[in-house]
Amino acid sequence: MKITVDEAKCCGAGTCVMLAPDVFDQRDDDGIVILLDEHPAEALHATVREAASVCPGVAISVSEQG
Amino acid sequence: MTDAVLVVGASAAGLATVEALRRKGYAGKVTVLGAEAHLPYDRPPLSKQVLGGTWTPEQAQLRTPAELSALDTEFVLGDPAVRLDAAARTVHTAAGRALTADAVVLATGLRPRVLPGQDGLAGVHVLRTLDDALGLRAELAPGRRVVVVGDGVLGAEIAATVCGAGVPVTLTGPQPAPLAYQFGPLAAGLLADLHRSRGVALRLGSAVTGLTAEDGRVAGVVLASGEVLPADVVVVAFGAAPATDWLAGSGVLCDNGVVCDSRCRAAEGVYAAGDVARWHHEGLDALLRLENRTNATEQAIAVAGTILGEDRPYTPVPYFWTNQFDARIHVHGTLSADAEVSIVEGDPREGRFVAQYRRGGDVVGVLGWNMPKQARQRRPEIAGAVLAGRA
Repeated sequence: MKITVDEAKCCGAGTCVMLAPDVFDQRDDDGIVILLDEHPAEALHATVREAASVCPGVAISVSEQG
Repeated sequence: MTDAVLVVGASAAGLATVEALRRKGYAGKVTVLGAEAHLPYDRPPLSKQVLGGTWTPEQAQLRTPAELSALDTEFVLGDPAVRLDAAARTVHTAAGRALTADAVVLATGLRPRVLPGQDGLAGVHVLRTLDDALGLRAELAPGRRVVVVGDGVLGAEIAATVCGAGVPVTLTGPQPAPLAYQFGPLAAGLLADLHRSRGVALRLGSAVTGLTAEDGRVAGVVLASGEVLPADVVVVAFGAAPATDWLAGSGVLCDNGVVCDSRCRAAEGVYAAGDVARWHHEGLDALLRLENRTNATEQAIAVAGTILGEDRPYTPVPYFWTNQFDARIHVHGTLSADAEVSIVEGDPREGRFVAQYRRGGDVVGVLGWNMPKQARQRRPEIAGAVLAGRA
């Protein structure tokens, strides 16, 4: 799995951080997403897919390759 | 056993229902019925990036065609649902289709409220769909006088975007300041200052009673005081109603939305998600309907779980955000104008702060102004009250 984030689309909700704090964080100054782990362990894949699905800014993409 | 799911509504809640079903391992048939011809797109950007012209309509799409095709779902678009037979779980469409499934998910969203005499009048717009946003955008030209009717989130965002595009705009509505009934005097006052400082004319504190017209085109907005605000373009954004008219006689109870139990179930095999759903929030022990973007997806996940046999109540902490000029405002919980407000982080004079809203001693809401992360980190303070039914 490879995750990409689009900072320009991120609205700073932090939904992803609440779901997967080992994979996502937010910048302190403007709340924009920080990707901590581009290739998370398999145990986290389902949660990451959920984070991408519910991201209210549609800023997270997940590719199963890579 | 569920072998076929029909989702009525192809926006955020409908799409998230499908994605959650697939993530949870459902391998049966899925059909999504959409009233609009467009592939699923996102609504929050309509009043901001799409209206402002910084995004193309394609950039507002929720998923790429490849991502949609990976869902193994049939999308029937451009064909509104016109009737539901809840007992048979059959949905009839405007084009004459009859779609039957084991589970039907109602996710038809909202329909904007309109002013008397608005229909058919040139220059008057609502903003709910992508076509609405593009139609309004096409009318924005320097020198045109725009009046936005509605001082809630949508109206204030539209005013900010129109102003940012260099078009003169007046924001009108009954509240003393934009969003004052929710935000209270402090934050709403700051929002009013922000709009004024950027050039939005605020004509607040007076309800709008109607429109004036000349030769089939709008000419002005009539206030309750009798005053008429001259206008070349009017945007009506003073609320919306759940799109449930098509459910009359269906066997599903509709009362300010599709009434559901705590599992988001409206009837045997019929569920509702998103703006249209009014469900029993067990933490608050009340029927609640939320018109916000995160509820659309979170409730969709709850519905998918219920369809697949999970037995969990849906008890979210409400959340929304709004961007107006350079203010990024994030709201968790439920604010109210009569709450006791204290600044717990940052400083309003510096344009960055977190305000905590208390009622009866409990934290009922948190508002972050250009401090999204810090506001979000205070959600647990609210969650306790929500889940204990005290918010």
